[in-house]
Amino acid sequence: MIEYQNIFTRVQVRGPHYPGVPLPAGDVPREGGMRYVHLFGRFGDAQVGPIYLGQLGILSIIFGFLAFEIIGLNMLAQVNWNVAEFVRQLFWLALEPPRAEYGLRVPPLRDGGWWVAAGFCLTLSMLLWWVRTYRRAIQLGMGTHVAWAFAAAIWLYLVLGFFRPILMGSWSEAVPFGIFPHLDWTAAFSIRYGNLFYNPFHALSIVFLYGSTLLFAMHGATILALGRYGGERELELVLDRGTAAERGGLYWRWCMGFNASFESIHRWAWWFAVLCPITGGIGILLTGTVVDNWYLWAVDRNFAPAYPQLWAPVADPTLAQGATR
Amino acid sequence: MSLTAKLGIAFAGALALAVVLFTFERPPVVTQQTGFRGVAMENVVNPRLRRVDLARNQVPAAPEAADAGGEKASEIYENVQLLGDLSVEQFGRIMQAMTEWVAPNQGCNYCHNPENMASDEVYTKVVTRRMLSMVRTVNVEWTSHVGQTGVTCYTCHRGQPVPANVWGTLVENRAGLAGHSGQNRADPATALSSLPRDPFTPFLLQDREIRNQSSGSMPRGNTVDTPQTEWTYALMMHMSDGLGVNCTYCHNSRAFADWAQSPPPRLGAWHGIRMVRQINNDYIVPLTPLWQANPNGPPEAPRMARLGAAGDALKVNCATCHNGANKPFYGAQMARDYPELARIAAAPVTRRAELAPR
Repeated sequence: MIEYQNIFTRVQVRGPHYPGVPLPAGDVPREGGMRYVHLFGRFGDAQVGPIYLGQLGILSIIFGFLAFEIIGLNMLAQVNWNVAEFVRQLFWLALEPPRAEYGLRVPPLRDGGWWVAAGFCLTLSMLLWWVRTYRRAIQLGMGTHVAWAFAAAIWLYLVLGFFRPILMGSWSEAVPFGIFPHLDWTAAFSIRYGNLFYNPFHALSIVFLYGSTLLFAMHGATILALGRYGGERELELVLDRGTAAERGGLYWRWCMGFNASFESIHRWAWWFAVLCPITGGIGILLTGTVVDNWYLWAVDRNFAPAYPQLWAPVADPTLAQGATR
Repeated sequence: MSLTAKLGIAFAGALALAVVLFTFERPPVVTQQTGFRGVAMENVVNPRLRRVDLARNQVPAAPEAADAGGEKASEIYENVQLLGDLSVEQFGRIMQAMTEWVAPNQGCNYCHNPENMASDEVYTKVVTRRMLSMVRTVNVEWTSHVGQTGVTCYTCHRGQPVPANVWGTLVENRAGLAGHSGQNRADPATALSSLPRDPFTPFLLQDREIRNQSSGSMPRGNTVDTPQTEWTYALMMHMSDGLGVNCTYCHNSRAFADWAQSPPPRLGAWHGIRMVRQINNDYIVPLTPLWQANPNGPPEAPRMARLGAAGDALKVNCATCHNGANKPFYGAQMARDYPELARIAAAPVTRRAELAPR
């Protein structure tokens, strides 16, 4: 019993080193050799390396590092190069996008130009890494599901920092780079556009976000629980349902009358995960461009409920005559 | 289990404990429902912390009431410009009370030349006179905010020559790589958020537009962007922190802008913002030359800054009076015990020339 409830992986396979399928001629060779790390084996596979970086990987890391450095050095400059203050304020510091007056132009570096530079480097780094995930999958003869799932996340990132600012005509609409600042930005964004909770695509995105965690928990738990019957041999069980698959299916049919199959559960999980940023991105893209106040939009369409009010209504004092601002 | 694993678990446990101990508020937390069920209109109070706050927000015992009859202060004393209508006994009582409220350690000489009590040569006396006019304005013209409760000097001063919660315009010295943003610091002024740190200058000194949301659902020329909204958000965080209340004390958070759904305290807060603006512009800022001439207060008194980083006067915001309570002193009726304050003369006689540095 204890065996299957352990949070760490109990099996560590130590076979002969396997570097992977041969690479095509002209590819940069895999680097770093191979070794086993016991601790890694507790969480994943004990084998570390070799790593294939290739040109795309190296370029991606260079641009990612550039973005990281631009953001970090800007934060350090904001505390007058005081390292202690930098550590203390780290969660508050940020590289802010340019002010609205610059529109879509590239402003002077200190007035948001660094934000444009960092955003360019980070975007390039992510796109190069995406090509890498795609190319590695092809090289290994795999499907490209991982690359497309990653593309869904990049879509949301690009909507927030690129597509929507362009539609709004100003980089100032983009997100700052910073821990608390991007969270405060998110709250202010929702307030400015009349409460994002009334944005149906935001709602869909939350459904897929929470749905993903639910599916992940259900699936992981089912497979672990079937471990004693060999349930982790999922792909074999797709075609040749053994007792593990039968028991797992029966369990969910008894619990809720319906069950996913050993194949379909992975499609469910993939689509839920991918639809979370896709729907979220659509919701952000519509905000400020098509809809300016989501609460009033929901009122217009009669799906924001009206609740009884327990106090006397207050009138807007600026509507009174002669009122000041 | 290996020693490394045990050490790792012990470290993680200690870290988790530290996070819980130093970032969480110890219960109990009492939630008081204010709106319809299920809509999260509620005020949150921790009675244990509220007891501490209540003890910190006690009004001092009022001295025995003074006889309003007899000779008037203006008939006995010279240069009594605002309180001349009081009886001599009342005049003495309010002078004594003001000393206790504002300069208990320094005494009468904090504002007066003991050789000639009528003289205006000590600058603090000129400031005090202006502040008395301000108290009159607040209690007479701003009942929309202070109601019948009113204010006294002690509402803000609380035994200090400079109230504890004041502000000066933010100065950001930014040379080279990083330009101004005016935000992104752990700043108590905006409740340790990363929002703009000085929402006071645009909203409580100038009258920049506070409202952000559109009144229709479609985009129709509302050019307010998200960074601009953060300024309003910062002001609101100051109000929330300065009054010890959450958003739903004044707003229905589903539709922040909608007055029809807002709880009534929002109206009081709206007038309060305008009141603070008038206080800063009509009563505080005009005194700036006096403070610039005495940037650390009177020479004999302990040094206490009178100017902000920009060389501007230290100004008023919501926390100056409220001090973390939704109503100053949690609504205690202090001003009622000082009828003298209700008889401050209307016209401020102080001439601008008198405010110039000597």
